This record gives sequence, structure tokens and C-alpha cells, in this order.
Amino acid sequence: MPKMTFENHIMKQFDEELEEIRTQLMEMGGKVEQQLKNAIKAVIKADSSLAEEVIRDERLVDEMEVDIDEACILIIARRQPAASDLRFVMMVTKAVNDLERIGDEAKKIANHAIILSEQDSLSQGYKEVRHLGSSVSAMLANALDAFARFDVKAAMSTLEEDAQIDLDYKTALRELVTYMMEDPRSISRAINILWVVRSLERIGDHSKNLCEQIVYVVKGKDIRHQ
Amino acid sequence: MSEAKTAPQKTIDVSSQSKQDLQVDVEQATVGVPFCENPKMSMRNVNVFYGDKQAIHDVSVDIAKNEVIAMIGPSGCGKSTFLRTLNRMNDTVDTCKVSGNIQLDSDDIYQKGLDVVELRARVGMVFQKPNPFPKSIFENIAYGPKIHGLADSRVDLDEIVEGSLKKAGLWAEVKERLHQPGTGLSGGQQQRLCIARAIAVSPEVILMDEPCSALDPIATAKIEELIEELSQNFTIAIVTHSMQQAARVSNRTAYFHLGKLIEVNPTEQVFTMPEHQLTEAYITGRFG
Repeated sequence: MPKMTFENHIMKQFDEELEEIRTQLMEMGGKVEQQLKNAIKAVIKADSSLAEEVIRDERLVDEMEVDIDEACILIIARRQPAASDLRFVMMVTKAVNDLERIGDEAKKIANHAIILSEQDSLSQGYKEVRHLGSSVSAMLANALDAFARFDVKAAMSTLEEDAQIDLDYKTALRELVTYMMEDPRSISRAINILWVVRSLERIGDHSKNLCEQIVYVVKGKDIRHQ
Repeated sequence: MSEAKTAPQKTIDVSSQSKQDLQVDVEQATVGVPFCENPKMSMRNVNVFYGDKQAIHDVSVDIAKNEVIAMIGPSGCGKSTFLRTLNRMNDTVDTCKVSGNIQLDSDDIYQKGLDVVELRARVGMVFQKPNPFPKSIFENIAYGPKIHGLADSRVDLDEIVEGSLKKAGLWAEVKERLHQPGTGLSGGQQQRLCIARAIAVSPEVILMDEPCSALDPIATAKIEELIEELSQNFTIAIVTHSMQQAARVSNRTAYFHLGKLIEVNPTEQVFTMPEHQLTEAYITGRFG
């Protein structure tokens, strides 16, 4: 299998166009990664102004999504990409979708951070958010890193992190239910935390999708739903 | 596929302008699925020489019945030469020598005493430039069936002409002017006339050598549509410079490079996940 490269097209401009969407996708990934980190921090530190920043950034991410999608459509229309180029362009359109959804989830977390910051400060639930938040952030970072290097091995091992995240999510749910049973006053708060961990779990799923797409681009193998 | 050769492996640089390390192993066997069960045509170890120059190196491949197989590759890769060996069009070139085995069903088409005219009725050909005879539309179609004795009467002949023009999707456009010259038609119509002429003698295989390269996109689309319909009754081998055309019309795609058959695979695979890096480089527009 040839290594992924955007060089050596007879049409030099095609090289540049592919490189451009790759760079844009990395930028979008970086932005979304920052959004997630800030959203988690906003929950833990009860920082509503940071949460508002996350919500504002969502618009930027949406704009990036539209721009990259448009660039992909133009490449398909103008260049009729084939083989690895085609797989790459298709992957980018899907990855953009996953990144945008991650941005959405980060925004939801930020919304709950604002609500939580207005409630009594009880530390219950932070532990779960911190724990799940750090493993989901790490997974997303690893997925983006694997994409930057088209590293199938890294993508495969990152992909496996999702199983642990699903387990941690279930554990967090159980603990939150316990809090609610122990102290009914915590219910409203616990429900907010519950939405946060739910969003984190979804971000894990989207990161997994990113990893599957990396494998598809490089190897041409569709490993979804296996 | 034949066993990998044990001879010392030569490599050659395929593109002086390429910065990539694209080296081709010239002794390597064809990758993919070159063979099939019960092939319509079967080629084994075919070599073609023009004088001292070898144009085709040890090509082995099958063409299945009712299949459309597309042959692609850079200029000078031997795809047209190979196509022409399939109905012995190369016989007309004095310096051309063909070795190896080519079978149509169970008949060796290079066997001594074989009637080449008969062969070309079974394996018809359509060329790059439409080349209707300087006769009427009717005569263009009727000529083949007449010389091959396929029509006993004028009525038979009328039927063959109408049927062939219908199959070639040209009937509605020319039925009012069957006795006007074929050369008066548009380029796309002329090419469909040539296809009608080829199918008038009920061939089993139709060879097409860049049949659309002289046509505009609409005429091209009509020919491609026609290829799809014809494949229900005929086996088709098409050489094309347009990779999109190969992707659109064929079941399998064969990639030639410097006279070697590099890869044969189902078309959907070739254009999404080619097996050989040379195929990949060619279809992604990295040399050609």
C-alpha cells in the first residue's frame, strides 16, 4: 500500500486542494478539541464565562464545517478523484460531520455547566465528569493525532479506548443514580451531570468514527459495525 | 496466475518527473483477478513484437461471456496493440509478430488455415474515428451480412438492417433517410452506425478502440448507454483513455503499463482501492 501523500499529481493544484482540506480539517479538529477541554473545565470549575466561550465557538466550528464540505464538493466536481484521493475526500466529509457533532456535544456540556454553576456547589458528580472527561479528551486527541499522520496502528489502538469509555459511562450512571436515591435534593443537579457524561460518551463514539475513517482512507477497508 | 518468476528482478523507473519511488517490478505477475471460469476469450502468455521492439510482454487474461472489460493505461502501454491481437488486426502490420495462445471459446484464433474474415465476423471492431463506408446508411449495414451470406432475401436484409440500427439506438434518427450517405451523419451518429455495422453480422465479441474519443459528451453518453445494452448480448472489450468512462461502463478494468498487464480487478475495486501502486498512481493522475 502506498503511503498517503498528496504530492505528485500532474495537476499541481490538485495537490494543493487536497492539502488545503487536510489542513482545514486539522484546524477544525484543534478547535473542537479545545472546545471539549474548555467545556469540561467549565463544569468542574463552575466557570460560566468559559462555558459561554465554548458556546460562542460553536458558530466558528459550524462555519468550518460548511467551508470544508464545500471544498470537498468542488474537488469531486472538478477533479473526479479516484482511489486513495477519493477515499480521502469522502473521509473528510464524514470526519467533518463527526467533528461538528463533537462540537455540538461540547456546547451541550457548556450549557449544563452554566446551569450547574448557578446551583449549590456540591462536589458530587465532578469526579465522574473529571474521569470520563479526561479519557474522552485523550481519545479525541489521539484520534486527531492518528489522522494527522495517517497512522492506522494508532487509529486501531485509539478505537479500542471507546470500550473502556462505555464502561466508565455506565459506572458513572450507576453512581449518579445512587446519589439521587441517597439524597433527593441532588436529583436536579445529578440529572445535569448525567447529561454531561452522556455527551462525553457520545464524543467517544464520534472519536471512534474518526478512527474507523482513518483505517478506511489508508487501507481501503471498511471496519464499521464489526 | 502463473508462478512468480525466479529470474533476477529488474526494476525500472516509471516516470522521470516523479519524485515518488515508483518502481515497477517488470517480472511481477499480474495482480487481481485476470482469470474466470468458462471464458469467452482466453489469452495466455501473449507477446507481441513490432520488429525487434517488444510491445506486449507475457500477458495472460480471460474475458468472460457478456462482460465489459476496459483496458486503460498511459499512451504507448500496449492496450490498443493487445486489443488488436484479439481479432488479428495486427496481421496487416508486416513487422508484427504475435506469440502465445489466444482462444475464442475453444478455437485457437492464430491456428494455421483459420479464415481471418470469418474470425472478424465473430470478433467485430469499432475504431476511434467513425469510419462509415462511402455508401448509403443501408448499404453500410447490409454489406457485412451480404458478404457473409447471412441474408437470403431482401426481406431478411431489411430486417437485419432495421434490427442492427435499433440495437445501436440509431433507427429513429435515420429510418427516413436510409439511402442517404452514411458520411452525412453527425460524428456520434456515424459511430453508432459503425457499431450497428459491427453487430449486423452477429458477432460474439466486440472490440472497441477508444470509440468515444472523437465525440462530444452527449454522443459519448449515448455510446456508453449503448455499451451497457449491448453487453446483454455481446462480450465487449474496450480500450479507453477516459478513466471515468472505464469506471462507468466496465465490469472489470485491466491496467497496462509498458506492455505489461499490471492489474485486472472488478472496476469498482480498481477505482476505489486498486491493488497495485502503479494503477493507483495512474488513476489518481500522478503520471500518464
